[in-house]
Amino acid sequence: MRQIGEIKMAIYSVYVVNRAGGLIYQLDHTSAKTEIEKTFSYPLELVLRIVDERVVVSFGQRDGIKVGHTLLAINGDPVNGRSLEDGRDVLEVIADAENYPIAIKFGRPKLSSNERIMLASMFHSLYVISSQLSPEPKSSGIEVLQTDTFKLNCYQTLTGIKFIVLTDPRQGGVDSLLKKIYEIYADFALKNPFYSLDMPIRCELFDENLKGALESAERTGMYTANV
Amino acid sequence: MTIFNIHIFDRNGTCLYYHEWNRRKQAGMSREEEFKLMYGMIFSIKSFIARMSPTDYKDGFTNFKTNKYKLHFYETPSGLKFILTTDLSVNNTRDVLQQIYSQIFVEFVVKNPLCNLGEPISSELFKIKLDNFVRGLPYFQIRQS
Repeated sequence: MRQIGEIKMAIYSVYVVNRAGGLIYQLDHTSAKTEIEKTFSYPLELVLRIVDERVVVSFGQRDGIKVGHTLLAINGDPVNGRSLEDGRDVLEVIADAENYPIAIKFGRPKLSSNERIMLASMFHSLYVISSQLSPEPKSSGIEVLQTDTFKLNCYQTLTGIKFIVLTDPRQGGVDSLLKKIYEIYADFALKNPFYSLDMPIRCELFDENLKGALESAERTGMYTANV
Repeated sequence: MTIFNIHIFDRNGTCLYYHEWNRRKQAGMSREEEFKLMYGMIFSIKSFIARMSPTDYKDGFTNFKTNKYKLHFYETPSGLKFILTTDLSVNNTRDVLQQIYSQIFVEFVVKNPLCNLGEPISSELFKIKLDNFVRGLPYFQIRQS
């Protein structure tokens, strides 16, 4: 029975990294809503800059639009990199007074798949370094990484595969969830005769069961094996 | 409950101070290399969470835990990084690290006309004060090993 106004615990994403540090599976289960759309009049008070082929706010933080936010859409048309879908350059459209009043949507950029692969490999190396720098003998790598907006849990199996889960900082029971994901991996990826080890996982049953496990973990606020 | 060691880095990556209280395993490399590796790891973790974070963050990375130790991190707005490694039973050290910064570092290093910022700290007073402060923490105990 749900209480009124219960806080929804979120599991943001799941990453699976193979022995060599390559990303073999990635799932975004929940994404926090950080998009803001506002109507502006000429001239625009925000200073925009091109960073990595994206239009980013560099100065003039206001009304929830923060420095580092990317321009996602103009008047409802999604922006691809630095130009709109019809080919017009974003900065030119914004500099032209005739296009005003203009509705622009800003938000945190979504990670591209290349970036995800890079971040997974980065984490793989950080895991090893944290084990090397340990002041105690026989330490593992990073198992829990805490920040103020999310918590990252990592479980490394004896075969070197890492299961990484990003959740809300208050989420509990992530250890049992990680073990459950390992079980699901063993049952639906490893036992699949068409799946080769260390390759990207493209098995439907793995996806379905993983989503089911994540949903029951979110629903109860912590994962219990009985559910 | 013990504290293993502390590193203090400035914004350029220079290790200003290092001290260990209980450390069973040496890193297997020279001190300078270890400092660079530690700074590099922290810098990479900060960059990693900046990209991975699902929403905008305020404080950033606070700590990480392995199966044997826990590393606590605090960064001041001026780019000074305080890194403390402890055992697993220690929880929130953000206020401890903030106290180390405001009551010990600022008082005995920043306000000291003989201490140049950006260079390793050679002030004996700072070392004594920090040592006393850390030993006075409720979760500090020298291990019999």
